[in-house]
Amino acid sequence: MAKLKSPNELEALRKSIIKKRDPNKTVITICNGTGCQAHGCKAVTAAFQEEVRKQKLEDKVDIRATGCHGFCERGPLVVIKPEDTFYQRVRVKDVPEILTESIGKGNVIKRMLYTDRQSGKKITCEHDVPFYKLQKRLVFGNNGLIDPTSIDDYLAVGGYAALTKALKMTPEAIIDEVKNAGLRGRGGGGFPTGNKWESTRQAQGETKYVICNADEGDPGAYMDRSLVEGNPHSVLEGMLIGAYTIGANQGYIYIRNEYPLAVRHIRTAIEQAEAYGLLGKNIMGSGFNFDIKIQRGGGAFICGESTALIASLEGRVGEPRAKYVHTSEQGLWGQPTNLNNVETWANVPLIINNGADWYQKIGTENSKGTKIFSLVGNITNTGLVEVPMGITLREIIYDIGGGIPKGRNFKAVQTGGPSGGVIPESLLDLPIDFDELDKVGSMMGSGGMIVMDDKTCMVNIANYFVSFLEGESCGKCLPCREGLQQMKHILTGITEGRGKEGDIELLEELSATLIDAALCALGRTAPNPVLSTIRYFRDEYEAHIKDKKCPAGVCNFEAVKVK
Amino acid sequence: MSPKELKAKAKQALQKHQHDKSLLVDILQDIQAEVGYLPKEVLQETSQGLGVPLSRVYSVATFYKAFSLTPRGRHLINVCMGTACHVRGAVKVLEKIEQELKVKRGETTKDFKFTLETVNCVGACALGPMVIIGEDYHGEMTPEAVVPVLKDYN
Amino acid sequence: MVKLTINGRKIIAEEGTTILYAARDNNIYIPTLCENEAVAPYGACRLCLVEIKTAKERERLVTSCIYQVEEGLIVQTDTERIQKIRKMLLELLLARCPESEVIKELAQKIGVTKTRFVKQKGNNNCILCATCARTCEEVVGVAAISLARRGVDRELTTPFNEDFTEACIGCGACAYSCPTGAITMEDRRGTRVIKWPHNRMEFKLKKCSVCGQYWAPEKQIEYIAKTSGTPLSDYDVCPDCRE
Repeated sequence: MAKLKSPNELEALRKSIIKKRDPNKTVITICNGTGCQAHGCKAVTAAFQEEVRKQKLEDKVDIRATGCHGFCERGPLVVIKPEDTFYQRVRVKDVPEILTESIGKGNVIKRMLYTDRQSGKKITCEHDVPFYKLQKRLVFGNNGLIDPTSIDDYLAVGGYAALTKALKMTPEAIIDEVKNAGLRGRGGGGFPTGNKWESTRQAQGETKYVICNADEGDPGAYMDRSLVEGNPHSVLEGMLIGAYTIGANQGYIYIRNEYPLAVRHIRTAIEQAEAYGLLGKNIMGSGFNFDIKIQRGGGAFICGESTALIASLEGRVGEPRAKYVHTSEQGLWGQPTNLNNVETWANVPLIINNGADWYQKIGTENSKGTKIFSLVGNITNTGLVEVPMGITLREIIYDIGGGIPKGRNFKAVQTGGPSGGVIPESLLDLPIDFDELDKVGSMMGSGGMIVMDDKTCMVNIANYFVSFLEGESCGKCLPCREGLQQMKHILTGITEGRGKEGDIELLEELSATLIDAALCALGRTAPNPVLSTIRYFRDEYEAHIKDKKCPAGVCNFEAVKVK
Repeated sequence: MSPKELKAKAKQALQKHQHDKSLLVDILQDIQAEVGYLPKEVLQETSQGLGVPLSRVYSVATFYKAFSLTPRGRHLINVCMGTACHVRGAVKVLEKIEQELKVKRGETTKDFKFTLETVNCVGACALGPMVIIGEDYHGEMTPEAVVPVLKDYN
Repeated sequence: MVKLTINGRKIIAEEGTTILYAARDNNIYIPTLCENEAVAPYGACRLCLVEIKTAKERERLVTSCIYQVEEGLIVQTDTERIQKIRKMLLELLLARCPESEVIKELAQKIGVTKTRFVKQKGNNNCILCATCARTCEEVVGVAAISLARRGVDRELTTPFNEDFTEACIGCGACAYSCPTGAITMEDRRGTRVIKWPHNRMEFKLKKCSVCGQYWAPEKQIEYIAKTSGTPLSDYDVCPDCRE
């Protein structure tokens, strides 16, 4: 395969790929994300391939292992295209039947269909499944259609067309487009992406860098992993456009070592893009050079913070530094650097392809576009959901998520990971919006959405997050290192019946110190889970302290004598 | 492995990454993947090979959780302590494993059969609580399932 | 030159000066622990936090050891908010190093006499300011000691926690630079002992061929001879006797 020397050659290649594919040929897509792999989808995929050979159906059926479809609760997931027949919880033993009945005879196998909880009816098509119906799968949509290890699949669905378009625009025009679209960082900071690109472009320095932060560390969040696993080229394309705009010729993807499949897929994607000349020198004859290197994290949550990430890229410990001078001016190796999250990068091709006008029609006044959430915890439909900004928490949790299982009641939903807060039932009609979530003491964060039922103890949750952060603190600054330690001590004491009058006030005082004095965002936002659980569930804290009781029945007070 | 073999492994990783100082973390990961942990010899060799002070190599090797400076067991147990697994009862599963194997998280059993670690979210939340042993994913773990699962490993 | 205001006073400072040094030049006190003019600012102890308002009306808290003066900057070093922070930081320090006289003194100065937090054992007066390690790396250039592990397990130590570190030349710069005296250096009967918070190392001292006094570790002399390209024999006589 010779490198593509011009956009015309790319389009010609795309046409030839599409031409070779019969749009009416049946394609059996099988979710092969890490979640479904844990469900045993590899064996199912192998069984399909084997059975197709046995039944000599190669001309009639293609088997495609795709990225994550999102409905993780129901894996292994099989979707038959073009009909969109949705089979869930598919086992190896179901495979011959699917091929014989569904493909051969055009019958639908009822027992493998999804049953709607409200109506009790069986649902045939993926897009009718309530879990998917309210979603707006713009960024995530192609995950279910393409084999992430095939660049041709990506081209077949329009991949790299945005790059071609961008290379014909001026950097300033691209910045305007991204600004007008209103894209805000999807990693948690919510900073306007267009502004960041502009600052980096304008910064003094001959060598500039772009970085993709794939160090997704929030426990319970796996959106980025599924994007990198399932549609790695979308991230590369976004980075290419960003690098061209900013004037960077070198990019880095910093990715968690705990994501082996994602690391493999992004490596393959880069090799393939290089082979096609979409990465490297003189991309499609534009004169623009861009290379991407991958570096793996070493198991440190703090390396999701931009300056700590950069330190790690430089071969040092992941210690943050003060951001009085932004990384857009002095970042990697002291050079202007633009760092964005995986999902942010993946939004870029969409914006370029469809335009800012189209993009900013989705979402709210200050939060445009969609957001991918990992809807997990005590929820019926665990999975990854992509929703337009402005949808309410209630709609996500009940209409998409199917509510709380085991007949229990909703207690709280936690967003923003260890930097975020809990949101109680009274606020379930809150729209998903960066600023709205901030106002109630939480934040958008990277997209983790943990649902908690009434058997969850809020003090235990606060302790969980503080303990997590204590273990992940880099230890550089005094308030975070010592403050979290002392907060953990107090919270553990409360959950073990040693809480005393004044503990809540002391936690609040410590919280104020961390917010003001900590060096980086880990320390500054660490108090959020504590403050928000105190704000909405103070009575629970008081029950632990005064009555030595845990209303949720979680904490063990056996060792304490009750007065 | 003998000190000579260890040095060779280190040299190999250094070579692969072109003695690039900025790739210290990647280099240590590759060495650990080969050797199973990071003994003194490889850290010294890495320091020399990269021209980076030993104290910095040591700082990096002890900062990142991925690295172990002591030998690990044949089977690495990773209990997910992500928030979703936590609310589904991961703590009790961890406690049961600690009880059974008589080790705490971060430790290795005396017979070097198991090393117990915790990890923060592997992204298989639908199957939480999740325990990964080697490359095997054990989902929906309960304290009762711990003994039968561990029995399968030699 | 840059014009700014600190605590209501009009100050003029050279561009590139930090708020801390501009304040010191004008006899305005800002407490510090991890700051040392021999090494680059680190921003770890947070004691030097001040409230600022930029010319663009942006208000924030910054560490004065790092933030450089700006035209029209308004700085407050002792507001109620800052005092609260400092007091809390000292309470945390008292809990970390309950035996440190330096910390107790500083706490008193700021108005803190006790801590509400659980006292720790075994930190041996080390506040993890890393001034020693930074001095060893930036000034001496041998980087013999460093901060290992992270978070609450963080420690100032030698590689592998041994009572030995190959790179150390026994110069004692770490001991001189330590703000709490957590590192000590003692010369006795021809041996120098340097004690770090968790390790120690001994060095054979060189004897002057003229006066017979022990004057510097042999290792340090070897290092100086090597890096300056001078013969070892130049150092047989101690500096006093050379005159």
